[in-house]
Amino acid sequence: MAVLSYLEAIRETLRQEMRRDSRIIIYGEDVGVRGGVFRVTEGLQKEFGEERVIDSPLAEAAIVGTAIGAAINGLRPVPEIQFADFIFPAMNQIIQEAARIRYRSNGAFHVPIVIRAPFGGGVHGALYHSQSVEAFFAHVPGLKVVIPATPYDAKGLLAAAIEDEDPVLYFEHKAAYRSLKGEVPEERYLIPIGKADVKKTGRDVSIITYGLMVSYALKAAEELEKENISCEVLDLRSVRPLDVEAILTSAKKTGKVLIVHEDNLTGGIGGEVSALIAEHALFYLDAPIVRLAGPDVPAMPYSPPLEHAFMVSPEKIRDKARELAQF
Amino acid sequence: MADNGLTPELMLDMYYHMALARAVDDRMWILNRQGRAPVVYTSNGHEAAQVGSAFALNRGEDWICPYYRDLALVLAYGMTPREVMLHLLGRADDPNSGGRQMPAHWGHAKLHILTGGSVVATQDVHATGLALASKLLKDGRVSVAYFGEGSTSQGEFHEALNFAAVHKLPVIFFNENNGYAISVPSRKQMAVQDVAARAQGYGMPGVIVDGNDPVKVYEVVKEAADRARRGEGPTLIEAKTYRFVPHSSDDDDRAYRTREEVQEAKKRDPLILFEARLREAGILTDEKLKAMQQQIKDVVNDATEYAEKAPLPDPATLGDHVYGSL
Ligand SMILES: Cc1ncc(C[n+]2csc(CCOP(=O)(O)OP(=O)(O)O)c2C)c(N)n1
Ligand SMILES: [Mg+2]
Repeated sequence: MAVLSYLEAIRETLRQEMRRDSRIIIYGEDVGVRGGVFRVTEGLQKEFGEERVIDSPLAEAAIVGTAIGAAINGLRPVPEIQFADFIFPAMNQIIQEAARIRYRSNGAFHVPIVIRAPFGGGVHGALYHSQSVEAFFAHVPGLKVVIPATPYDAKGLLAAAIEDEDPVLYFEHKAAYRSLKGEVPEERYLIPIGKADVKKTGRDVSIITYGLMVSYALKAAEELEKENISCEVLDLRSVRPLDVEAILTSAKKTGKVLIVHEDNLTGGIGGEVSALIAEHALFYLDAPIVRLAGPDVPAMPYSPPLEHAFMVSPEKIRDKARELAQF
Repeated sequence: MADNGLTPELMLDMYYHMALARAVDDRMWILNRQGRAPVVYTSNGHEAAQVGSAFALNRGEDWICPYYRDLALVLAYGMTPREVMLHLLGRADDPNSGGRQMPAHWGHAKLHILTGGSVVATQDVHATGLALASKLLKDGRVSVAYFGEGSTSQGEFHEALNFAAVHKLPVIFFNENNGYAISVPSRKQMAVQDVAARAQGYGMPGVIVDGNDPVKVYEVVKEAADRARRGEGPTLIEAKTYRFVPHSSDDDDRAYRTREEVQEAKKRDPLILFEARLREAGILTDEKLKAMQQQIKDVVNDATEYAEKAPLPDPATLGDHVYGSL
């Protein structure tokens, strides 16, 4: 089986999907000739032509808004927003239009689009090239939000997102693009959206997380094994819909829950996960739920010490999990 | 008039739809004042622009992306008065939304009327996207976005025109310029005189047309549609017109325009002008007009009764159609 980077897994999935279905088009800023600023779409315009891999004007509302129209008229658009930080000009189209069209038309129209966007920090991107934006969208019924944690998941979730009949936001962590590698089968497979995945089983503490933080949590768990602390790592894979059953199962099993995300704490996914556990599994808990998240500052600063202080790291996860295990 | 394809029958049909829209509109206001319809948005005054444009399209095949002003447009595009009334009264069988959207939020998949929300100018980029698909799929369709002049201050209007022009998409941007955005006059909306002037900045033709003349509107839209189908790209059309009544049933236009101004504008009521013209051409006679008026009265009565008797949505359906599958 081929070992691919996270980025290669996304690119090869796009290629495979575009070969399979001629209705799929890609567009966004610099995605064509240049192959994207991160080179995710490199070579795709060469293979599929300018009509299917389009360098669009620099206008996010138009990128998403035209994708909505194109989807309704029979295509399967997979637009790219160059950085998740620049998705806000398109908020109107994503939330007011894409998310509401099926509902407001009583099922007469629907919007099968996948919006891909690189997100996340720790790459010296500063305030406007480091943001985690998933919580804004996870709040919105009508949207699905997936955040793959491994190259294998990147493929299966992207294919599932393209197959989905509703708008899906697909967030790719920039630091994962080249740092994460893994085996990826050549054949097409789908990972159902809304199903979490136990990336490591454990007895003492459940670490519930998603995206890049999954690999950080696995590192932390590995270190804690040496101290005889056994952590379970639950990868949410989708932050909307959440896999409530998997969350509760893990919480009930270990009785101690640490929720981790890079996005800032207040109003983040961690609040929702922790509310679900408090509502449905309170009496299984042996300690208060703990959240480890980005700090409540407007966005990630540039200078290394500041950036480092913002980022959640394997060490921070390890220390919190140890504290919780010893509670 | 001979070479534009408009036969006397088609002209009569145009007039019928304009008069029908006015009658449905009048009825909606009455229902509102009687407390039977919570809110009404009107096409009163815009009928020529809307009906003229609809007739120039391949109705039911080309896509239209209307806004709340477009009652006459959707009627001319094939929506029935019954369907309009079901929508007004929030009934379960409302094809626009099943009673979910407030009145005048059109959408009819079978007729290729795209669903619209309340946020102005969002439909402009949708029309561009529909046209993007048409270009790739070579389905021969033209898409038309309809919008008021006030909404042209929104970013999405500009993004839509630019995108469409760069990619030479088969789309028409159809502006119904009635001089006001609720109370705000167009001189406070833009520093240029005409919306059409904006076209130049995007590299497409900008056409001004008398929005009270359905034949002229028909002709410019037909030309723009032909151009689009030939692969020559988008056109911005500005139909100059006037809204004779308040913005909505919750508005009082005495606060921002004089009665004299409204009276003056009514001298160019598109219905009266077109009626006179059809009479002059011998297409419309007293007899025909009387029969048509009776027919319209019957249709509107039937639609009102039908919708008032129709069932309301079941509260158990509140959670339906959030996703196709989970
Ligand atoms: C983005 C947005 N802001 C505000 C409103 C409230 N609003 C509804 S209609 C309207 C005026 C629109 O005027 P215009 O575009 O000229 O269309 P007209 O009603 O005159 O046909 C406003 C401000 C809205 N619907 N959407
Ligand atoms: Mg106006």
